[in-house]
Amino acid sequence: MGLTNQSTGLSLLKQKFDIETDNKTVIALAGNPNTGKSTLFNALTGLNQHTGNWPGKTVTNAKGTFKYKGKEFLIVDLPGTYSLLANSTDEEVARDFICFGNPEITIVITDSTCLERNLNLVLQVMEITDKVIVCLNLMDEAKRKGLEIDVKKLEEKLGVPVIPTIAREEKGIGRLLETIYKMTNGEIKTNPFKLKYNEQIESTVKEIEKELVKILGSQFNTRWLALRLIDGDKAIINSIKDIITIKSSKGIGGKLYE
Amino acid sequence: MNNTPQKSYNKIEKLVNDKINNNPSFGDNIVTSIYQKAEKIAKDVVTVNDEKKVDWDKKVDKILTSKITGYPIMLILLGVVFWITIQGANYPSEVLASILFGIEGELTEFFISLNAPKWLHGLLVLGMYRTLAWVVSVMLPPMAIFFPLFTLMEDLGYLPRVAFNLDNLFRKAGAHGKQALTMSMGFGCNAAGIVACRIIDSPRERLIAIITNNYVPCNGRFPTLIAISMIFMGSLAASHFSSVFASLSVVSMILIGILVTLLVSKFLSKTFLKGVPSSFTLELPPYRKPQVGRILIRSLIDRTLFVLGRAVMVAAPAGAITWLVANITIGDVSILNHAASFLDPLGKLLGLDGFILMAFILGLPANEIVLPILIMSYMSQGAMLELDSLTALKNLLINNGWTWVTGLNFMLFSLLHFPCGTTLLTIRKETNSLKWPFFTFLITTATAVLVTFIINITTNLLGLV
Repeated sequence: MGLTNQSTGLSLLKQKFDIETDNKTVIALAGNPNTGKSTLFNALTGLNQHTGNWPGKTVTNAKGTFKYKGKEFLIVDLPGTYSLLANSTDEEVARDFICFGNPEITIVITDSTCLERNLNLVLQVMEITDKVIVCLNLMDEAKRKGLEIDVKKLEEKLGVPVIPTIAREEKGIGRLLETIYKMTNGEIKTNPFKLKYNEQIESTVKEIEKELVKILGSQFNTRWLALRLIDGDKAIINSIKDIITIKSSKGIGGKLYE
Repeated sequence: MNNTPQKSYNKIEKLVNDKINNNPSFGDNIVTSIYQKAEKIAKDVVTVNDEKKVDWDKKVDKILTSKITGYPIMLILLGVVFWITIQGANYPSEVLASILFGIEGELTEFFISLNAPKWLHGLLVLGMYRTLAWVVSVMLPPMAIFFPLFTLMEDLGYLPRVAFNLDNLFRKAGAHGKQALTMSMGFGCNAAGIVACRIIDSPRERLIAIITNNYVPCNGRFPTLIAISMIFMGSLAASHFSSVFASLSVVSMILIGILVTLLVSKFLSKTFLKGVPSSFTLELPPYRKPQVGRILIRSLIDRTLFVLGRAVMVAAPAGAITWLVANITIGDVSILNHAASFLDPLGKLLGLDGFILMAFILGLPANEIVLPILIMSYMSQGAMLELDSLTALKNLLINNGWTWVTGLNFMLFSLLHFPCGTTLLTIRKETNSLKWPFFTFLITTATAVLVTFIINITTNLLGLV
């Protein structure tokens, strides 16, 4: 049939995101457009790519490396998106990387001047992965606009580290690095807030999850996948169909991903 | 056959279908829950201290994106940027030219003293060195001024406002409003603009944006447009108006580029790529204080030196090749002349000539080298003596039969013609097919031919030349 593990669906995605890590710790950098992702990326990696004041400047995954306390990190700058519901190619790129690229940590960089809209993305990312650090960027502009953000309270509500930064002036980068380091060490543990939906949705999710585990095992976040299925997400449906094709052609004994 | 996964999948499918049919608001419900929670958290942690603080962003935006003042300000800003560029580039261009061509004289002396064969001197000095000297002296000064100014507008956040102003026009053309953004990106580099089209969700509108991206001049073509405006169009006006006139002609080129983008988008959305434009809200990013030092460094290194480097890399071999084809003869006529006279009838129809078309074809790898190649080919005609100033360059063009129509059509052809090699490859990659780069090549070339042809015919009929 020509359908092999490598040529279809999720494994194709995996392949796409199976970057040469060389034992480096992989970090994903997500966030709304124009919140300073690329600037933070530059600040962390010391790369000096030009960053423009544009929504949509980064449409591909830019990669860079840095070292902190002898540990090597590979950081991936994802396209800026408002959500992860995959309405466009760039959203899909960002979402697929967080979900299937298995980054050790996902940093969500937010614009402190319009936190509400940025928190949408934070909540969506926290649905996919537990290891999240939130960067409150552009703190200087928030201050200028007379906005005050209770960082401690936000941290409590979200259950993940929240770090105020001014990426342009490289402020807060030290604390961010330390947090990344401690999180990979297990010194900082997160307890991310998980959104509960209404009962109907929750019970459907449970039922779907039960079946999904039979197909996918425990490798992926089945709750999130179930939610996407309910949401009618075509890309996800196709990926799951592909896996079934592989499984049935191999028989149940065949391991999906070695 | 063990069909457990298939069974599970069928179960899921049934579950999902049942639930969604019973309760179609499931999807909306999920999204709403997320948004409500985000709103609640934000309310809990953010305090607004000073409600009365003036929102400067909004005030400035009101003026920059107003229906009345938006367009005039846009035009004036563009005009000023090009005026500064042209006014500022004139003198350094002259200086660079006289220095570099002074060196050419010394190189020639050196080759004579070495008793070097004539062809070697021709290939290296008259071919390679001369082309390089032209690339540097004609293109470097305008780039060194224009790119920092352009980057400054980008960093301030003005470009998205341009997009905002144009958004409505794009929707009227049946295209996506975000195309205004990808088009603005194309001013930097068309290949980058085409990659940026990924921000457009609908495949139909994305294709329109990809195909028409090339109609705005990129960093590689700006120097050519500016140079021709400076040395040719500008000098058509009285001397103290010349840089104003030159800037106006560059601004008009950009406007024509945008107009053609809209017209072709409209044409495509009515013919090959039919459909209704999807709606979206364009977000205006906040204004940011530009980091002037960083802008200078980045725009000089990332843009100016990058474009110049690319030009030099391609121009050196192109100069040598042009010299070769201009000096190798078949019968009594050089290869260059053979090719040029073959293309000449078509060129003349378009108000250009065979050499110009040759230069555009040879310039396919990089648009930066079209002008240098053209100068080379004209010069290899032999008649030229000294060419050490911009005035001499203008005389060279006039001696080769250039009129204002030639100048105008040269600029238009450069604006509208086929994309450079890199851009075509990018289209292939982004659309995953050979069909669309080929289609883009055809439609852009057709536009360029059509527009220049019409201008040539009308000016001829009206007796304007």
